[in-house]
Amino acid sequence: MTFNISERIVDDMVAAGINFVTTVPCKQLAGVIDLVEKNDQIRHVPSNKEDEGMGLCAGSYMGGGKPCIIMQNTAIGVTVNTLSALIQFYQFPLPMLISYRGEVGEPVACQVEMALHTKPILQQMNIPTFHFHKKSDVEELPAILAYTQMCKKPTAILTDASFWRAA
Amino acid sequence: MIRNEVLKSIVPVITDELVICNIGSPSQELFSLDDQPSNFYMLGTMGLCSSIGLGLALSQREKVIAIDGDGSVLTNLGTLPTIANNVADNFILLIIDNGSYGSTGDQPTYAGMKTSLAAVAEACGCDHVVECQAEDTAEELKKALAADQMTIIVCKCQSGNVKVPVITMNPVVIGDRFMKEVQKRNA
Repeated sequence: MTFNISERIVDDMVAAGINFVTTVPCKQLAGVIDLVEKNDQIRHVPSNKEDEGMGLCAGSYMGGGKPCIIMQNTAIGVTVNTLSALIQFYQFPLPMLISYRGEVGEPVACQVEMALHTKPILQQMNIPTFHFHKKSDVEELPAILAYTQMCKKPTAILTDASFWRAA
Repeated sequence: MIRNEVLKSIVPVITDELVICNIGSPSQELFSLDDQPSNFYMLGTMGLCSSIGLGLALSQREKVIAIDGDGSVLTNLGTLPTIANNVADNFILLIIDNGSYGSTGDQPTYAGMKTSLAAVAEACGCDHVVECQAEDTAEELKKALAADQMTIIVCKCQSGNVKVPVITMNPVVIGDRFMKEVQKRNA
């Protein structure tokens, strides 16, 4: 597979109609964020904290936009209340493209702590969760984006170090 | 004037605008005063009123008024740089600044002490920031609507709530009713 993963992800987002993206940066997601910023079919509104970003996404959705949030898995610790009391309570669809730090290949020890909590929190919150580990896992993205709109839920796409290394 | 009197004074000014209303007493008071399908009531997530308002303003054409509070803006202070740097001329952020966390028992906020939210908004890069006394809020809102430019209004008023029931409308109904109104007005 010779395709560029960041390009593939952004192309799939545009093909799914995503036109409003908010981001809180992560090194692993730098390529995607760069392409989101350059894409003229997407309005990119960087946010200062992920719960703020989810507020922006909720507003965009009610305005007819198709939002997506791009963030690190540490944000799951920040956004539990917002996911529950805004996104889930009002049934807003929200794909979350998440860098899954703290998995095998992680150089920063502290990241492992939140990695251990990430899937249990998502499971506790009944958030559909997809784990991209191999490069070919990205092929599921268009179906996940369609699924998110269909069920009107937040969905988590966890992209780990192995996935990005393969990129 | 307390918040409820400020809301009463601006209800006649809000005609064709979409409203995002802050969680707790502000939403309950507005719901009791003048429920409209063009009002979106927050039932949870303190702090995100201005973010929801900005996201809405950036994604459709109609004018949006986010009725926020000082405590809520302090909770989500990062919203002000985002607003400043993503200008939506159909967006008005009205901060009803009573210097207290009204919904939780009127505990004082820092906005009622040394911190000026208007100065913070300006320092964050917001271009049109107005601070006014409660009595002048309706007039300032009228001016901001006529100006067709993104405006932050900080309305200084007294602390206090009126007794109104909680909103029991289903959140999905609140959202669905609001989105249908947004679609109709953008058609």
